[in-house]
Amino acid sequence: MDIRFDKVSYVYQPNSPFEHRALNNLSFSIESGSFVAIIGHTGSGKSTLLQHLNGLVQPTDGEVTIGPYQLKAGVKNKQLRELREKVGVVFQYPEHQLFEETVAKDIAFGPENFGVDQEEVQARVKDAAKATQLDNSLLDRSPFDLSGGQMRRVAISGVLAMNPEVLVLDEPTAGLDPSGQREIMEMFNRLHEEKQLTTILVTHSMEDALSYADHILILNHGEVYREGPPLDIFKQKEALEDVQLDVPEVIEFLSKVKEQHGVEIPYEGQTIAELAKELAEMVRGGRDHE
Amino acid sequence: MEKSQIEFRNVSFRYHDDSPWVLKNVSFTIHSDEWLAIIGHNGSGKSTIAKLMNGLLFPQEGEIYVSGEKVVPETIWDVRKQVGMVFQNPDNQFVGTTVRDDVAFGMENHGLPREVMVERIQESLDAVGMQEYERQEPHRLSGGQKQRVAIASVLAVSPKYMIFDEATAMLDPKGRMEIMQTIRDLQSERSLSVVTITHDLREVTQADRVIVMNDGEVWMEGTPRDVFSKKNRLVEIGLDTPFVSKLAEEMKSAGLPLSREPLNHQELLEELWTLDSTR
Repeated sequence: MDIRFDKVSYVYQPNSPFEHRALNNLSFSIESGSFVAIIGHTGSGKSTLLQHLNGLVQPTDGEVTIGPYQLKAGVKNKQLRELREKVGVVFQYPEHQLFEETVAKDIAFGPENFGVDQEEVQARVKDAAKATQLDNSLLDRSPFDLSGGQMRRVAISGVLAMNPEVLVLDEPTAGLDPSGQREIMEMFNRLHEEKQLTTILVTHSMEDALSYADHILILNHGEVYREGPPLDIFKQKEALEDVQLDVPEVIEFLSKVKEQHGVEIPYEGQTIAELAKELAEMVRGGRDHE
Repeated sequence: MEKSQIEFRNVSFRYHDDSPWVLKNVSFTIHSDEWLAIIGHNGSGKSTIAKLMNGLLFPQEGEIYVSGEKVVPETIWDVRKQVGMVFQNPDNQFVGTTVRDDVAFGMENHGLPREVMVERIQESLDAVGMQEYERQEPHRLSGGQKQRVAIASVLAVSPKYMIFDEATAMLDPKGRMEIMQTIRDLQSERSLSVVTITHDLREVTQADRVIVMNDGEVWMEGTPRDVFSKKNRLVEIGLDTPFVSKLAEEMKSAGLPLSREPLNHQELLEELWTLDSTR
């Protein structure tokens, strides 16, 4: 689904001494089927933006359009329920929201709540568990007996069982070990492709933004600070540092190589092995010093 | 045994009688003034170690000594004065309505006199660079600032050991940098042992020594350089190596002779520089 923010502002506790403008006249659009990373320092407005995507909050000003649904300042939206079926949100530490006796019941909770019939619910539970690589033998276990990584997969399965068209991920790898982080991100990447989702990833990991997103949106003080393809965004080291962000490590390293050796190796998504070859070429004199 | 160290002697722990062992016969020592990193996959027992160190949990088997004193229910108040903890979520660590109240809280619990408290509030906020925020409300601070206040609150009790249990996991890049810088500054200025429990491999490279946990056992102990030279084996136990180690490995495969295992950008750049000037 296409997503559009049109001059959206959101003010917490308006007309009080605590008034705080979290989003300020924010406009951008996300094309259906794209994988967008939203980055920005703590307090830049990322979470508030995310809460607009399935109507948890309504704009103070302006208009949010998500496919056929609209959230407009001052207008009550009567299709919130439908919107929430289409937009699945995986919140931070989603395993804290597990509560059912068994894994299967927890995954089924969402679709059951939305009136999906039992047969269909059961099919979806199986599909969702498969998509997150949860073994079928775990379905009858208590979710609280599982490891942290497995619990997170259960929580994600619950969101997938709604068959969302838009998947919103709020720091989905926080707290996982390196393998767990990689597995979860690879899983989302695969789901994005297979189910042709529109995926929105809120992250502090510049590496993930670089590896998975096709478009990056940087927020600062509730406004769009920069947006564009990852390779363009991460060329702007100083602009990123000005808003307390950094560049992915590979790009940082290559810029130091340029400083010390005077040789520019542009980053175009090479693997580490390919970069090693280019560096080997550089020291063997295959590239002339500029 | 030295007076200023933490020692685990053959420690085994499980949460219930019928649940699996979380730690199995674990022995290691944390020396005075060192920076030790503990890494391991989720569920490997890292955080349990942290909780055992200051008596939030007690082992079923084995003993834990803090500065020569055995950790048992009778000694935990003394132990907790020595072992300070900073946890993952900065928002869960605040009790005071202002930054200074918050820093005072731990000291109040330990019954310190007012004059000492006033002095230490200043001193510890100074140490983490938050002296200007003394009268602010903690919830208005950024993530990195909140964690620095949490560190100040622990420092105020003047511990010998500080444990950071994934204390940077929820922070943005700037916040992480702030915390790592704060830890480095503290270590250079006072006598303090630091234990960081983390999944962030770049943080690990800054430690003096690393303990790698796997399935409740000490899998390896060594310098970051030793540990990250075990690339494939680390991946097998759910871990990974930092970007620099990966690139160095690929450079060796591409036929570049490296004189040692580089740990950070600077060391790898130096290797490149040597190769470049000797060709």
